[in-house]
Amino acid sequence: MKAAVLVFPGSNCDRDLAVAFRAAGFDTTMVWHKETDLPSGIDLVGVPGGFSYGDYLRCGAIAARSPIAGALKAHGDRGGFVFAPCNGFQILTEAGMLPGALLRNAGLKYICETSALRVEETESAFTQGYDRGQVIDIPIAHHEGNYTADAETIARLNGENRVAFRYVATPNGATDGIAGILSDNRRVLGMMPHPERASDPLHGGTDGAALFRGVAQALVSA
Amino acid sequence: MKAKVTVMLKSGVLDPQGEAVRHALGALGFDGVDGVRQGKLIELDLADGTTQADVTAMCEKLLANTVIESYTIEM
Repeated sequence: MKAAVLVFPGSNCDRDLAVAFRAAGFDTTMVWHKETDLPSGIDLVGVPGGFSYGDYLRCGAIAARSPIAGALKAHGDRGGFVFAPCNGFQILTEAGMLPGALLRNAGLKYICETSALRVEETESAFTQGYDRGQVIDIPIAHHEGNYTADAETIARLNGENRVAFRYVATPNGATDGIAGILSDNRRVLGMMPHPERASDPLHGGTDGAALFRGVAQALVSA
Repeated sequence: MKAKVTVMLKSGVLDPQGEAVRHALGALGFDGVDGVRQGKLIELDLADGTTQADVTAMCEKLLANTVIESYTIEM
């Protein structure tokens, strides 16, 4: 099982993500944004949190158009797994790989806290290790996590059970409390919270670890 | 030649920064400010011969996120 973690100037959760991937059994390579190809045989690509390109123009906007972005899209198009927390989620919406956009938090404040998430959907590799309705504690740390999309898109996400996680108490104004969404083939997950920061007892919680184990399990049984 | 691109959040998209500015103006005693929308002005210094269509492509591909933003071009 092979994973790649993309690294942009300003990424700051890239190593955390690599640690979580490795703990789940992935042979993990870091890939610099100026590369135009992923190493061969990659099963899972991580698009990490942070402040890629200093959040210039819009969060994730420049990263979504960087040299590696074409290979990321091609990986998604051929059905590869992509996991994108926080700035990664912003990058995927900017790249058009997930619908909607992330606006400034409704309260205008950067929020750094542990957030209770309800697992809404277990029919995906990422969420199969949880029970539907289970509440898990996962850290958030963002200024632009206010998920928005037009009413039709929100209805489609809800109707197709593509909302993977919702906040128990929405901290940032996100529409319908949406914390994370799946692509239509359910192999791309973008979410504002950081499961990779709740994957080791030393983090103070391990509720995020099942997400990475779930992808590993899906690959082993495939 | 120069072009100016104005990028604004689409009407209907909540602009919490604009709201905060509106509140601050009210607190300073400026009555009658019913709404504030905050956007971006991007100035482009362009080679001669660049067309409006080129700038539109720039807006669509990078300068604006048309999911939430609209843009106008002056050149």
